[in-house]
Amino acid sequence: MGEVTLHDISKQFTLRVDGAVHTVQALSRVSFKVHDGEIVSLIGPSGCGKTTALRIAMGLETASGGKVTVDGREVTGCGHDRGMVFQFAELLPWLTALQNVMFGLEMKGMRGTELRATARRYLELVGLADSLNRRPHQLSGGMKQRVGIARALAIDPKVLLMDEPFGALDAQTRETMQAELLELHARTRKTILFVTHDLDEAVLIADRIVVMKHGMVQEIMTVPLKRPRPDLGVVRGMPEFADTRYRVWKALHETIGTLH
Amino acid sequence: MVDVAERAGTGAQTPPAAKPRRPLPSWVITVASLVVLLGAWEIFGRDVNPVFGSYPSAIAEAGWQLARTGKLWAALSDSLRPFLVGYGLAILIGVPVGLVTGRFRTVEAAIGIYITAGYAMPLVALVPLLVLWLGLGFAVKVAVIFLMSVFPICINTWVGVTAVPKTLIEVGKSFVAPDTVILRRIVLPATLPYIMAGIRLAVGRAVVAMVIAEFFTSISGLGAIIITSANNFDTATMFVPIVILMVMAIGLTYLIGAVERWVAPWQAEIAGRDE
Repeated sequence: MGEVTLHDISKQFTLRVDGAVHTVQALSRVSFKVHDGEIVSLIGPSGCGKTTALRIAMGLETASGGKVTVDGREVTGCGHDRGMVFQFAELLPWLTALQNVMFGLEMKGMRGTELRATARRYLELVGLADSLNRRPHQLSGGMKQRVGIARALAIDPKVLLMDEPFGALDAQTRETMQAELLELHARTRKTILFVTHDLDEAVLIADRIVVMKHGMVQEIMTVPLKRPRPDLGVVRGMPEFADTRYRVWKALHETIGTLH
Repeated sequence: MVDVAERAGTGAQTPPAAKPRRPLPSWVITVASLVVLLGAWEIFGRDVNPVFGSYPSAIAEAGWQLARTGKLWAALSDSLRPFLVGYGLAILIGVPVGLVTGRFRTVEAAIGIYITAGYAMPLVALVPLLVLWLGLGFAVKVAVIFLMSVFPICINTWVGVTAVPKTLIEVGKSFVAPDTVILRRIVLPATLPYIMAGIRLAVGRAVVAMVIAEFFTSISGLGAIIITSANNFDTATMFVPIVILMVMAIGLTYLIGAVERWVAPWQAEIAGRDE
């Protein structure tokens, strides 16, 4: 099981600009649910609060109001039931790929031969069997993020929380990674909450899309594409893809329209 | 240039292949710089009254005399023992204190001001007081060297901790790492380059502290050679310990650099510096 629910999440923080104190409402009463085994994309323009919502779900930030539950249990901080994939992978630069994955496992209490074997297995799962002993600076951007995904998956969390994980990659690598993520999902059936600002990515990957604006949920849409999805190039040619993409684009466009 | 002129003269059909000029190795530049400096000192130093100055060959001669009689080795070991103990203690205490100060706001608020003040402390003025507390022997020398070198190490470590990217700490947090693990396995390695820089900076201060200690407590070691030869207007001999101390500081700095590349090899690789 792995069901994440955000109940009425609010978040405000204070900013001091030129001596004046502003209260910024980053999130107001954000509620949505990610069902077991589902991929939900959280999309919206910069500053809409999507990353904040994810960080609250992870427990890296606390909400000013509302609560997050994973399988009905309230989140009070970081936990091994959630695995975080950071925007820029954030591998520890002094550790090899293998040691980076082992770090997460060790924190979960794993020791001995099982530790190394598990870390190796997850790196193989993301296609890095040949690069176990490389340090982060010897890995390409895509490879780094694969290690980041392996590190999060290895602790076998109920939910994978991904913060624009492919945002820093070039277009081609990004497409490869999207396909790989879908394959990984087909194999592990992990629940995934995926923050992105990329329209195509949201539609290609997700079962449902949560569109956010100004810290509020504007719309929740279902993507009418079945799983397993064929080659993503084929998906792009499907009318359902074009239609959903247009609907999300419109929702986002309205967001921008109300701003100006 | 000769190459190009010749080719032009013979009217070669093929365009001259650009010969990649290999840049001079750094050590060659350093040696050349030393030769020029020492040469100039040797030439012009000879014209100076030997009481007012000296020159390399005279200093080398004096050094040979000191070494032959065994005075130099005795002085060196007298000086190095408190140096190593004081400097070692400064590293052992300065690094953990800096780590904790940088990591925990309460500790920073509580002891940060003492570290900053301690760095600027006019230690020379306090030596007589230290002598009253610790006597004239080994302990007071260790204390002076320790007090001079602990603060740069501590401050650098502290600054280094505050420069650790927040996201790396969040990696630890998101995998539910306890504070001690975050400190030891994320903050410490991320801070290593700063720590090593602090340890390097402290070498110079520790050397100065050593001589101060020998001047102001029981006159001994290399400091004693400086004072007695200065009192005898034997300027060449006076320069011997000074040169030795400077050479020692250079050697230690190199050694620390080697240690740094050994404990933090990723740093040079990330920075893209080839040695």
